[in-house]
Amino acid sequence: MHEMGIALEIIKIAVDSIPANLKNPKVERINLKVGKLAAVVPDSLKFCFEVASKDTALEGSLLHIEEIPVTARCINCGNSWTAIKPVFICEKCDSGQVDLLSGRELDIVSIEVEEGA
Amino acid sequence: MEVKVVKKVLSVNDTMAHQNRKYFSDKKVFVLNMMSSPGSGKTSILEKTVGRLLPEINSAIIVGDICTTNDADRLAKTGVPVIQICTDDFGGDCHLAAHIVGNAASDLDLDGVQLLIVENVGNLVCPAEFDIGEDARVVVLSVTEGEDKPLKYPLMFRVCDAALLNKTDLLPYLDFDREAVINNIRQIHSDMPVFEVSAKTQDGFPAWILWLKKQVEKKVG
Repeated sequence: MHEMGIALEIIKIAVDSIPANLKNPKVERINLKVGKLAAVVPDSLKFCFEVASKDTALEGSLLHIEEIPVTARCINCGNSWTAIKPVFICEKCDSGQVDLLSGRELDIVSIEVEEGA
Repeated sequence: MEVKVVKKVLSVNDTMAHQNRKYFSDKKVFVLNMMSSPGSGKTSILEKTVGRLLPEINSAIIVGDICTTNDADRLAKTGVPVIQICTDDFGGDCHLAAHIVGNAASDLDLDGVQLLIVENVGNLVCPAEFDIGEDARVVVLSVTEGEDKPLKYPLMFRVCDAALLNKTDLLPYLDFDREAVINNIRQIHSDMPVFEVSAKTQDGFPAWILWLKKQVEKKVG
């Protein structure tokens, strides 16, 4: 529901990351990591990004989203696993003392940018 | 050319939340972020809670909604300081961001206040993602909402420290399986306390009030 706000933050961070020495920079691709547990819908985010990036150096660029699976580790027995469903109970020892290792990411990894004409 | 960025998209919010946390610590105020879907009874619970905390704990409330000051008007009758945030002014946001909470908190006189409760915008999705500088988070779920809500909104139930199951006075009239909902909460967050309450009758309030008092005392003594 807050994908437009997220898209605007991504655009701001990406624009700020363009090297100052590039002439007429044109961003071709933004590489983003989004955890499966993050409250973000990738398709909505892409739509919002496309709309919000108009008239910026990011217009027409590809927002590449790598979805990160939810992984967890049992504090009790050390077992780790990839959670297909949102169940945080250890499959081996039944403990609920579980650390989330991944799945909440919402990170910009890199931008791919070229000099324009 | 590829330019490495490696930055959290919500880093601006995280920075503001960090500043809020420091401000609240300096003021010796415990901050509770209360979240739920719309209509679960957050405001009713707060109306009944803040009076019961007196005289040991003085409270203040920041309440967030997209529109109207209805909740603030209701809560003001309890006698505690209340500030209403209408996110419409900020673009109709579905959650309270850290800078909005920080601005509202700076408008409150927190001297002598031990507990600041932030009643977030009714929504089980977005508020879970935004740190506002709170010390603890609670989620309210009412028995009219269905047993599977924790499984549908796992992040909310994962990030909260306690859950309130409200409107238990309606249980005789519903096909609600309270064991199933508690089991679903346990699958997401096994050791989270669940307080079964009725804001209407105040059944179950003593355990909830005791938990809240302990949380406040742990921070502000």
